[in-house]
This record gives sequence, structure tokens and C-alpha cells, in this order.
Amino acid sequence: MSRRRHSDDSDAGQPHKRRRTSEPSEIEERLESLICRVGEKSNSSLESNLEGLAGVLEADLPNYKSKILRILCTVARLLPEKLTVYTTLVGLLNARNYNFGGEFVEAMIRQLKECLKVNMYNEAVHLVRFLSDLVNCHVIAAPSMVAMFENFVSVTQEEDVPQVRCDWYMFAFLSSLPWVGKELYEKKDAEMDRLLSQTESYLKRRQKIHVPMLQVWTADKPHPQEEYLDCLWSQIQKLKKDRWQERHILRPYLAFDSVLCEALQHNLPPFTPPPHTEDSVYPMPRVIFRMFDYTDDPEGPVMPGSHSVERFVIEENLHCIIKSHWKERKTCAAQLLSYPGNNKIPLNYHIVEVIFAELFQLPSPPHIEVMYTTLLIELCKLQPGSLPQVCRHSKGPAPPLSSDCDSSVLSDQAKKRLNDFAKSHCILSFDRSDCLTQDLEKPKPKFVREVLEKCMRLSYHQRIIDIVPASFSVLSPANPVCIYKYGDESNRSLPGYTVALCLTIAIKNKASNDEIFSILKDVPNPNQDDDDGEGFTFNPLKIEVFVQTLLHLAAKSFSHSFSALAKFHEVFKTLAESDEGKLHVLRVVYEVWKNHPQMIAVLVDKMIRTQIVDCAAVANWIFSSELAHDFTRFYIWEILHSTIRKMNKHVLKIHKELEETKARLARQHKRRDSDDDDDDDDRSTDREDGPLEEQIERLQEKVESAQSEQKNLFLVIFQRFIMLLTEHLVRCETGGIDVFTPWYKSCIERLQQIFLQHHQIIQQYMVTLENLLFTAELDHHILAVFQQFCALQA
Amino acid sequence: AMSIGGTLSILRSDSYAELSQYRDQHFRGTRYDQERLLRKSCTLYVGNLSFYTTEEQIHELFGKSGDIKKVIMGLDKVKKTACGFCFVEYYARGDAENAMRYINGTRLDDRIIRTDWDAGFKEGRQYGRGRSGGQVRDEYRQDYDAGRGGYGKTVQ
Repeated sequence: MSRRRHSDDSDAGQPHKRRRTSEPSEIEERLESLICRVGEKSNSSLESNLEGLAGVLEADLPNYKSKILRILCTVARLLPEKLTVYTTLVGLLNARNYNFGGEFVEAMIRQLKECLKVNMYNEAVHLVRFLSDLVNCHVIAAPSMVAMFENFVSVTQEEDVPQVRCDWYMFAFLSSLPWVGKELYEKKDAEMDRLLSQTESYLKRRQKIHVPMLQVWTADKPHPQEEYLDCLWSQIQKLKKDRWQERHILRPYLAFDSVLCEALQHNLPPFTPPPHTEDSVYPMPRVIFRMFDYTDDPEGPVMPGSHSVERFVIEENLHCIIKSHWKERKTCAAQLLSYPGNNKIPLNYHIVEVIFAELFQLPSPPHIEVMYTTLLIELCKLQPGSLPQVCRHSKGPAPPLSSDCDSSVLSDQAKKRLNDFAKSHCILSFDRSDCLTQDLEKPKPKFVREVLEKCMRLSYHQRIIDIVPASFSVLSPANPVCIYKYGDESNRSLPGYTVALCLTIAIKNKASNDEIFSILKDVPNPNQDDDDGEGFTFNPLKIEVFVQTLLHLAAKSFSHSFSALAKFHEVFKTLAESDEGKLHVLRVVYEVWKNHPQMIAVLVDKMIRTQIVDCAAVANWIFSSELAHDFTRFYIWEILHSTIRKMNKHVLKIHKELEETKARLARQHKRRDSDDDDDDDDRSTDREDGPLEEQIERLQEKVESAQSEQKNLFLVIFQRFIMLLTEHLVRCETGGIDVFTPWYKSCIERLQQIFLQHHQIIQQYMVTLENLLFTAELDHHILAVFQQFCALQA
Repeated sequence: AMSIGGTLSILRSDSYAELSQYRDQHFRGTRYDQERLLRKSCTLYVGNLSFYTTEEQIHELFGKSGDIKKVIMGLDKVKKTACGFCFVEYYARGDAENAMRYINGTRLDDRIIRTDWDAGFKEGRQYGRGRSGGQVRDEYRQDYDAGRGGYGKTVQ
């Protein structure tokens, strides 16, 4: 039956195959492919493709309705950049088959409820927007949509709920208005006015303590960084002032108006927002990142203003495209560049801005950082004549890649990511030399130094020396050579010098750990008058001699150093048994390799992984006075965050092991229950369970101890920050000097970064942090950071 | 039957992380074993390196997609010097996948490098398999490549 219909249908350019008897899964694949591909480049117009597809789907409804429903619901949720294409399709289907339209709406509501229940808020927004655009397609009656929005806005009246919950419902309402504001206002202006005034009063009273923590620039010129809801509200207000005229969104349904307006509409069932629960996790607030405006690219189309709704829609769609295609960099670049703009918008600028917005997003970018650099390379390949210039273009505080960049207004996090980005492109223009007359701690020269150091890691020292103009040489990185204090004959008088020589010879002759121990036995302990019998208590000189000598011998490459650590693991473990021992090992590593931060980082990593030092030791070392000189260097923070990440992964790993073992036990029980064996007696089942239960108990202990170590790590870090910052604040106050030195600014941002990057874990410690560390007695400068953090999920 | 976890096949596309056509002919085991190992491997082969590219540079570049467990530089079997390839092993497969997606086909020492899944390092695999000790590709090539010892061995 359906086959005959197909051969009758005029082929409106849709490349669908003639259907033979195929597997159901093949049919589903084909349907999915047809639906997903509509809207892509085609020889026929979008309208005729939609018409054709609607015909095909209508014909398949009798047999494949549930599949079609599922696919359409999924594209609504996962392809929001093609929103209006699919709402039009649903509109056409509804016009041909009223019942199907009704079932689709019901399915969407079910999906929306499910999304909200499992905290999939970003996808839920897409569903809400889809539903609202269905009003434009005569599928949903406007009054019922307004009623849903009334329920959304009334969430702001709920008591004792987190602000982020109200924020989400407000965002879902406001962000749908570019699509449906006009229609809703035309049908229900009084209700809409009421909603908008309720919106205004909510936005006025909501807290914005979190904003400073999320801002990338710390200055407001030339691009203020607005809180996302404030920005959206300004955009909607402007849209209203423009009488809801919106000209950017592609609306295929307009071409089908005569067909669609004949269709019967459905009423949305009354929608009660699911209540707030303990498990609800709402999206964090955001800050809008801008780096371009209408003054950029005077030759080309004008960039829509920051408060125009077009800007909002373009950015939303570009973000969605990246989210859809992040794994496929060429496809992603192609899809971004083929975003419909009809040459009316400076698309390249929008794309670059959106990419940097994601790259700089706090707490972390939506995708791995390296994706963005590679994506930009692909974009430049496709648009070699225009895109690279855009990257170099922006003025004011943000020409990202020139030393001209007033990076003092970039937050430390942004600087770090920009730095990583810049080094991959090794693009630096040395335009201004005022970096050089400034103190090297100032942000500008500091930033350039960090970029150069990172560039060196990707190439080699001489190359950097060759590239950097002579006038900038003070910013060049040090030659990454090792510093061996016992190397020179002139150091003969140093205590331990002879032992160092001895060790060197022994190690070269492939000495065993035992031989090393016996050589070290002769090293006096400067700390104590008498060793205890074993001689293995904390002896800084022993550590110094051993670690200096070994690292020097193994200096040739990372692999050599790692082998050395592995070979003499026993010696390390013994020497570094105590906390002071661990700290001293780290100190010596730094002394030897302070010219080669990359080496320090990989050695610390290896020593944690082989349990020569623990995470808390690394944290204490980073805050120690020996490292004060390098405290604001990027590599120090990379080490700290890498350490925290290792700790977090460790906890997760043991937790996973525990869950898996519990599952095994449960399966064993289930098997036994279903076996129904009368011969089983209690003792034998206990025997079977025994080993697994023991394992579970052991793992439980392991998990608890790991979690306690993890908590301790964060407490140490916060404690040290508080001490350091308090010292500075007191010194400034008594000395009458300004608190806000570059060092202080950097330090506060590093503290914020700890909170942001590991916010999920830190949430667990809120009570301890509040009662123990971030108490009311704390200086308000430091307390503010904690309060900003609390505000993120409040 | 509505399934929130459902996705679309166009969104599942992950061509950069797929296995290539290349299969190591020296692999001991069946094709099936080899492909099973490739599919769960955390190790990448990296090719077209300059002879002067160091372990440190590799570590920095490939560290962008995740924590590296080990880098093994490829060596000329005779000279025991770098001969333009290496292995990078990650702790997590996901990190290796990201390297395939975003580091494969980008530049290092101004050369486009190529990454591919590897079934796992075994002692001996760090040596070039060309007759002269380097990689096979450097035996027969006709062009001059300053970063890879000049002309191919047969030309020299």
C-alpha cells in the first residue's frame, strides 16, 4: 500500500530509496537519515524538501508512528540549530494529521518532564523553545503557551528554593521570546505585559554576588561583561520596543502559511514545574563574553548590537553547532561557516567570538581546550583570506594574540587559556615595547614571558632566542638546564660533596638500592646531634645529596628521569617517609630544575603516582616560602590543579571498584536465589559471600580514607591561601599601601579558580569551610570569594 | 517509548577516532585480536616527526589531551638515535581519542604529524624496520627532507 503511494508521489528532490521489504531497524535508520538531512544543502528548495518529507512521513505513519515520534522528539532536543526547520515539518504533519500533532505534543511534554527530572536543563530549554515555535506553526494554541509561561514565571514566587532554579525557568521563558514573542503578544498582550513586569521585578531583586567570579575581563571597557540574564532581558526589552520585529531567524513556516493556518491547534496540557528536590542541580549562571562590536570590520556587514536579539540568536545557534559537531572538526568548521547569514552579518567575527567565549568560559569550557585551537585552524583553512585577520583584529583589552594586549584586564584563568592557545599558534607580534620598561611582575610582560616559555616547550630554547627581538630578550625563558650544586670542583667544601661523588660513581656502575643506602649512611644529619640507630629519620642533607645527584645523572630526558625514579624507588620512599621528607624532596627537585618548569611538573606527577610524595605535600610545597618567587607562574598552578585532579580521579576509581564489587555480590545473591537449590545451607552461602564481603569492607575503608585525604588536601590549600592573603592584607594596611597589587590580584583569582574548577567536590565541604575556615572573622576581601562561590548554586 | 538517552547517528559520527586501514604486519596474533586491542588501546603511534623532535616536545603537545603515562621515542636500530616516530601512551582511552581528534594532523616542529591507534608497545617495537635502521619510508623516498636525514637511504 505504502509502496504504491511512494511511486505516485512526485519526487520533490528528496533522495529517498524505493522501499523493498527491509529490516525494521533499516527503516528506522532511513527515516532518521531523511529527517536529519532535511535542511542541508540540496538542489531543491528547503520548502519543497520539507513538503516532500512531510508527504513521506505521513504515508509512513500507519506503520512507523512511534519511531517517527521518537526521532522528531530527539531532533527537537538535540538539533536546536535547526529548530524552525523541524517545527515547520511538525506543522505540516499536524495539518495533514491532527491526531499525530496531538501525540507529538504529548510526547514532547513527557520528554520535557523527564529532562527536568534528571537535571538535563540545557536540553530542556531547547524543548521549551521548540514548543513555543510550534505556536508559529499553528500546532499549539498561543493562549496555552502563555499559560505554560505563566507557570514558569510563577516559580520565582516559590519560597526557599535556590535562585538558580528560578533563573532557569526565567531563562526558558525569555529565551523563547525571540521566536514566539510576536505571536504571543498579538494574542495575549495583557498577560504578556504582566509576565514581563514580573520578570523585571524578579531580575531587580535577584542576587548577583556570583558575577565577579565569572568575569573574564576585569575592566568594563570596551566590552562590558554582563550577567547572562541581565543581557537577555535587555535584548528582550529592545525587541519589545521594536514591536517584536525580528529579522534574523529563518522561518520556513511562513512559506506554508496558507496550509498551516487551516490546521487545528492543540492546547498544551497545564504544565506544573516539577518541585525542587535535594537532587536537583540547576545550570550555573554565566557571564556574556564579548570581544567585537559594530566598530569592527567597517568594510563588511554591521555586527548586531550587544542588546539586539539577533546577537542572542546567532550566538545560541553557533554554540549549538559546536555542541553538535565537536568530535568532527572539519564538519564543525563547515557547519559554522555555512550558518545562514545571507551576508547580512559578519559571520567570521561571530564565530571567533563564540569560540573564545567558550574557551574562556568559567569554570571550564564546554569542550576540551585543544578542540578550539584545532577548530580555529580548520576554519582558517576554509577561509584563509578572512578568518586569520579576525583573530588578530580585536582592539581594546582583547587583541588576543599580540603583546599589545593589555592582559592586566584578563583574569588569570583567561590568561592561562589564552596562553595555551597562543603557544599552539606561536603567533605573537611584538608591537609595543612598553612591556619592557615595566616591572616584570606587571601583567603585560608576565603574560609575554609565559607565552614564550610555553612556546619553548613546543619547540626548543634556541628557536625562541632567535625569534624574540633583542629588545625583548629580558622576557625570554631561561635555558632549561639542570643546576647541580655538587658539579663543580669549586663546590668541594659543601657538606655532602664527597658522598655525592661516591654516589655518582656507584649509580654509574649500576649500584643496587642497598648499596645506595649504605653510601648514604655516612651523611651526617645537620638537624640532630645524634642519629637514631637506623639513621633514617628526616635528614635533609641525605635527601639533598641523593636527589641532586640522581636527577643530575638522569637529566638527559624525561624517560631517563622516570627510569631513575623507578630504579631507586625504595630509596626515595625511605628518605621521604616523613612529611618533612616529602617536602624536602620537592624542594630539591625545584632547586635542580627551576629553569625547566616542564621537568618539575612531570617529576612531581610521577612522584605522586609512585607515592614518593603525596598530594598534601605538593600543596604545602607550592605555598612554601621557597617557591614564593615563582608563586604566580602558570606552571605552579598547572601542577596544583593536576595534583587535585589526580586526587579526584583516585577517589572516583576506588569508588567505582567498590560499586562494582557490590554489584558482583548482588549478582551472586541473585544467582543463588534463582538456583533454588535445597542443598544450600547457611554456612556454605556465607563461605561464598565471605571473600567478596571482605573485599567490600576493605574497599569501603579505602574509599573513606581516600575521601578524607581529598578533603584534607582542599583544606590545606584553602588554609594556606587564607594565611598568605591575610599576611598581605595586614602588611598593606599597616604600611598604608594599596592592597590591589598585581600579586594580590593574581592570588585572589587563583583562589577563585580552585573554587570554580573543582566546585562539585568542594560543595561537599561547605559546612566545614563555613565553620572552620571562611568564618565571619575573616577579612572581607577573602570572605567575598567564598560568598561569590556560595552564590553560584544558591 | 521515549528514551532521553537516545541520540542521532549523525551526532555519533567520530571519524577521527576510528581505526585506520593500517594494520601492523609484525603483529603476533590474529587480525581479530589485533583489532580488539586497537579498539581498547590507550597507545598512539605518532609519525612524520622530525629527527630533532624531543620527548619533551611530544609530552607538551600530547599532554593537551590528557595525562600521559609514557612516551617512547622511536630509534634507528643501528644508530640508536631518534628516527622520526614515537609512541604515546595515555592512562585513559578518552584522552587518546581526543588526541586523535585534535592533535592528529596538526603541526609539531613545523611538520604535519600523523597519529594512529597502536595495539600496545612491546620491546623491540621502538626500532625502525628499514634495512638501514631507520623507518621503511626513509629507505625509498626520493625527496629531500632536512628534518629526516636528507634524501632517502637508497638515494644516498
